[in-house]
Amino acid sequence: MNTISENMNKAPIVAADGTPLKKKLAQAMFRSRLRAAGLVLPLFGFVLASFVIPIFALMWQGVYNDTFERLMPATTIQLAAWDGVSEPTEDMYAALVADLIVARKEKTAGKVGSRVNQQLSGARSLFTGTARKAHKLEAPFKESVIKTKKKWGQIEYWQAMKLTSDSLTPGFYASSVDKTLTVTGDFVAVDENRQIYVKLFIRTFMISGSVMLMCLILGYPVAYLLATLPLKTSNLLMIMVLLPFWTSLLVRTTAWIAILQSQGVINDLLVWIGIAADDGRFSLIYNMTGTIVAMTHILLPFMILPLYSVMKTIPPSYMRAARSLGATPTLAFIKVYMPQTIPGVGAGGLLVFILAIGYYITPALVGGQDGQLISNMIAYHMQKSLNWSLAAALGGILLGCVLLLYWAYDRIIGIDNMKLG
Amino acid sequence: MSKLTNKLVAIAAMSAFTAGSAVAADLTVVSWGGAYTKSQVEAYHKPWMASTGKTIVSEDYGGGIAEIKAQVESGNVTWDVVDVELSDAIRACDEGLLEEIDPSMLPAAPDGTPAVDDFLPGTLHDCAVSNIIWSSVYVYDSSKVRNWNAPKTMADFFNTDAYPGKRGMRKNPKVTLEFALIADGVPTSEVYDVLGTEEGVARAFAKLDTIKDDIVWWEAGAQPPQLLADGEVIFTTAWNGRVFNAVAAEDQTFEMVWDGQVYDLDLWVIPKGSKNKEAAMDFVAFSTATEQLAAQASWISYGPARASSVAKIGTYHDNPAINMADHMPTAPANFKNALQNDFEFWADNADELNERFNSWLAK
Repeated sequence: MNTISENMNKAPIVAADGTPLKKKLAQAMFRSRLRAAGLVLPLFGFVLASFVIPIFALMWQGVYNDTFERLMPATTIQLAAWDGVSEPTEDMYAALVADLIVARKEKTAGKVGSRVNQQLSGARSLFTGTARKAHKLEAPFKESVIKTKKKWGQIEYWQAMKLTSDSLTPGFYASSVDKTLTVTGDFVAVDENRQIYVKLFIRTFMISGSVMLMCLILGYPVAYLLATLPLKTSNLLMIMVLLPFWTSLLVRTTAWIAILQSQGVINDLLVWIGIAADDGRFSLIYNMTGTIVAMTHILLPFMILPLYSVMKTIPPSYMRAARSLGATPTLAFIKVYMPQTIPGVGAGGLLVFILAIGYYITPALVGGQDGQLISNMIAYHMQKSLNWSLAAALGGILLGCVLLLYWAYDRIIGIDNMKLG
Repeated sequence: MSKLTNKLVAIAAMSAFTAGSAVAADLTVVSWGGAYTKSQVEAYHKPWMASTGKTIVSEDYGGGIAEIKAQVESGNVTWDVVDVELSDAIRACDEGLLEEIDPSMLPAAPDGTPAVDDFLPGTLHDCAVSNIIWSSVYVYDSSKVRNWNAPKTMADFFNTDAYPGKRGMRKNPKVTLEFALIADGVPTSEVYDVLGTEEGVARAFAKLDTIKDDIVWWEAGAQPPQLLADGEVIFTTAWNGRVFNAVAAEDQTFEMVWDGQVYDLDLWVIPKGSKNKEAAMDFVAFSTATEQLAAQASWISYGPARASSVAKIGTYHDNPAINMADHMPTAPANFKNALQNDFEFWADNADELNERFNSWLAK
């Protein structure tokens, strides 16, 4: 025994062609690894092209918007030299007119106007209107420009232009937390009437948290039954979990509208029993209640399935052992069973929470005025206001929160403990 | 860098919006769906296909110019003709997303009047040709009136003492703020002047405050008739064509209140870089001819944008007893206290007012 191992240390075992076996093995392993990588490559490429790159490109838009710099080059140069508080000079007006003449020809005045309008309302028509007349304006430009539109004499509009002429800007992130960037580089809170995003972020997390909690409370016993009942019964139960899971999101949401509305099934029942008066029916939908109920129902399977898969692996003998050592059923459940389900609770909770903070259709349909989530604002800025940079900043914050959550989860429970199925 | 990122983002956005429906057709025409698209298919698409032998694919969308922007910026334009609202048409044109349309290529009226003179004022633009005039009004269900005097004015919509119950309104400051000011006694001719001031906006929100707890908000055009039919609301704002459709095709007993209606235009636009630009131009010219616009009006109660078509409006396609002319937003009986949506005002102030509106909702 001793001699063999000594031999091995001295002379390496060689293959038939004389190369050391270790090297040969490494070669073979490398080839199989390459083959495995080759199989993964298409997916990797797909994820990179359709997921990673667009996400980074969009995130980049949240801090970088060169619309103004690109389309108003002369004005940008003038604005860079301007201190932002003194009276705008004749040169600045001349550069503005020169840029607007080009913008009119290239049909870009609207783009520039929209960009400045994001900083200050009312700027859009200022640009499109003046661009239409720009080629007729004559020196001195300051006078003639102000004559076409009085707003050009107001310093606020020049300050807004100076701010938007910086392509790399924290302005959109500032807007997403109800702040605005001033020309002196300060962040000040926007008018109280316009503060909305912080409120919506908080509400989004509160609703997501409640949905997660509701899913856990409702899902835990179901998952327990699924894992412990005899196969015949648990199969039936499983179908009841999966059937709604396979039904379209839209169908389930509209079904809740029919059930919860004031002339709906639940309210009819309450009136019939006598809990509610006919003209004092409960508002169960088009508010936060409706959002939480519908989202809980829709996300419930995402809680039950990971829980079930974890519970299925817990040997029933552990509980029996605890009982035989003198624990009461409750104590055995809490001390022995529950800790073992933590990976499932964590996985289900994280899954439900992350899905919930991005929810869009359900709150849009049943949310009413206080059941809206931040995703509805992101959709608005993507589709209606076309302020993609602000949408990107809002999305960036949301993404940051998810990553933070993931990190915290990893620190507290450990991501290795997560079991999804 | 920026061009590239723009392109990438546009591609990503597009793949999110359109579920990749690349059907080989000679023309892709995009509109709002439902009864409205049906009216266009019957009156425009079918005769055009018959006369040219080409095929049209009809797609639905939910409004806005995000998809057009995404397609144009990614250089992959799959839509050829799109039906958009006026403010969107102007904005997309200003941002260089649309092909220019020369009005001289539009067909003249049957009596020889050139198109430029035949289209109603304000319906022709650099990049857009109007086909219909539609309107936001409010509606009630006459079969459910409980010892009421039938509501007649916009003020009645806000009068919760005389008309207790929930009201449906569109979750959008546009039109909602106008309605509030009209109800508060601002003459329609001064609405946008008032709304342009800080006090005016505060006044509109203060008026909305009086019914805030009674409002059910809707977002899609199909929702308000449903809310009303379900008895969820006693009043709701709605688009007049959808209400007409519910009455004419589904035998609902809805009544429209035309006082303080806010009317707007829908227009055809052609996204810049359309692969079938010539066919698209031809379709736009064909569908906005006098006959086609008049035929469209027999399917839904949206008013044609040409004077010569207005004169030719007939009866409902399914029921000769319904004279369509009486149901148009522009019919004299309906048009007494009407307000045209000010696209310039909303292009300037939509962002700010929307933030205020959402903040007000969340309070």
